[in-house]
Amino acid sequence: MRIRALEISVGALIIAGMLALIALAINVSGLNLSQKGGGYTVLARFDNIGGLTERAKVSMSGVQIGQVTSIRIDPKRLMAEVEMQIFDDVDYLSIDSSAQILTAGLLGEKYIGITPGFEDDLLENGMTIEDTQSALVLEEIVGKFLFNKVSE
Amino acid sequence: MIQFLQRLGAKAVSRIAAVGRAGQLLSQSLIAKPAPMTMLPLLVRQLYFIGVLSLVIIIVSGLFIGMVLGLQGYTILVDYGSEQAVGQMVALSLVRELAPVVTALLFAGRAGSAVTAEIGLMKATEQLASYEMIGVDPMRRIIAPRLWAGFISMPLLSMIFAIVGIWGGSLVAIDWLGVFSGSFWANMQASVSFSEDVMNGVIKSLVFGFVVIWIAVFQGNDCVPTSEGISQATTRTVVYSSLAILGLDFLLTAMMFGDF
Repeated sequence: MRIRALEISVGALIIAGMLALIALAINVSGLNLSQKGGGYTVLARFDNIGGLTERAKVSMSGVQIGQVTSIRIDPKRLMAEVEMQIFDDVDYLSIDSSAQILTAGLLGEKYIGITPGFEDDLLENGMTIEDTQSALVLEEIVGKFLFNKVSE
Repeated sequence: MIQFLQRLGAKAVSRIAAVGRAGQLLSQSLIAKPAPMTMLPLLVRQLYFIGVLSLVIIIVSGLFIGMVLGLQGYTILVDYGSEQAVGQMVALSLVRELAPVVTALLFAGRAGSAVTAEIGLMKATEQLASYEMIGVDPMRRIIAPRLWAGFISMPLLSMIFAIVGIWGGSLVAIDWLGVFSGSFWANMQASVSFSEDVMNGVIKSLVFGFVVIWIAVFQGNDCVPTSEGISQATTRTVVYSSLAILGLDFLLTAMMFGDF
C-alpha cells in the first residue's frame, strides 16, 4: 500500500508538470495552432515601415484580421514589401482598401491598419494593396517642422 | 615559496582528478548496461523524495515571487500609465529567468543537499561497500536512479513554479490592484512566444537539473567518510550548485537571447 501511494504521488507530480507546460503554452504564450494555416496572402509596399516586425498585427477598426508574415525589400521599386496573411473569414476586403502603418499607444508596437474601400471587386490571394501610407518617423516630422520654422 | 607552489600544484591536480572522478561516476551510472525493470521502482521512489517532497517549497515560493513581481511591476508601470503591461512583465521574467533559476537554487538546497547527505552517510557506514560485496553495483542501484530522478523532476518543478508565479501575479494585479484582466492576459499572450520563451525556460531547467543533481551525487559519493566530511560535502553541494546555476544561466541566456 505504501508503494502504491508513492507511485500515485509521483504520477501526480508528472501530470502537474505536464499540465503546467500546457497551461504555459496555451494561456500564457497564446499558442494557437489552428490559426497558422488558414488565411490568404496580401502584399503591400511601403516607403518606410519604421519598426514593423514579422508577426505584427493586421487590424481593421481595431479588430485583428491577420498578421504580417514576411518583410523584404522589393529590389525593382526600392520599397519595403510586406506580406501579410488575412484570416479566411475576412473575405470582404475590396481592392481599393488602403493600408497604413500605425502605432499602438505612444510608444507601443507597430501594426498595420486596413481601411476598407468601396469597390465591388474583392482582394484575393497574392494581390497587392496599392494605396499605402508609411510609418510616421519622428525624425522626419521634427525635420519638417524645423524646415517650416526656418522658412517662415 | 617552493612549498607554496607545491601545495598549489597539488591542489590543482586534485581538483582535476575530482572532475575526472565526476565524469567517471556519470559514465558508470548512466552509460553502464541499463536494467529498466529493476530500475523503475527505484526511480519512482527517488522521484518521490526528490520531486514530490520539493513541491511545497516550490509552490509557496513561486506564489510569493509572482505576487512580488506583480506588485513591484505595477508600482513602476503605473507611473507611465501602462499598468496593463504588468502581465507581460511578470510572465516574461518568470518564464525566461526566475522559474528555472530560483527553482534550481531551491532544488539544490532542498533535494541536492539531502542526496549528498544520504549517499555520504551510506559511504560512511559502508553500505556502498557492502552492496558491492553482495554483487550489486551501487552505481546502478544507488546513483543512477537519483540522477535520473533529478533530471526528470527539475523541469516539471520549474514549469509548476512558473505557472503558480503567473497566477500569483494575476492575483495581485487583477484582483487586488484592479488591472483590467483582459489586457493583462492579452498583453501577456501577445509578447510571450512558446518556442522562444517557454521552450528556452525548459532547456534552462533541464541543464540546471542535470548539473545540480550531478554535483550532489558526486559530492556524496566522493566525500570523506566521516561526520565532518559529510557536512563539508553537503555545504559544497549547495555552494557549487548555486555558483554553477548562476554562471550557466548567464551563458545560456547569452546563447539564447544574446544574438543581436
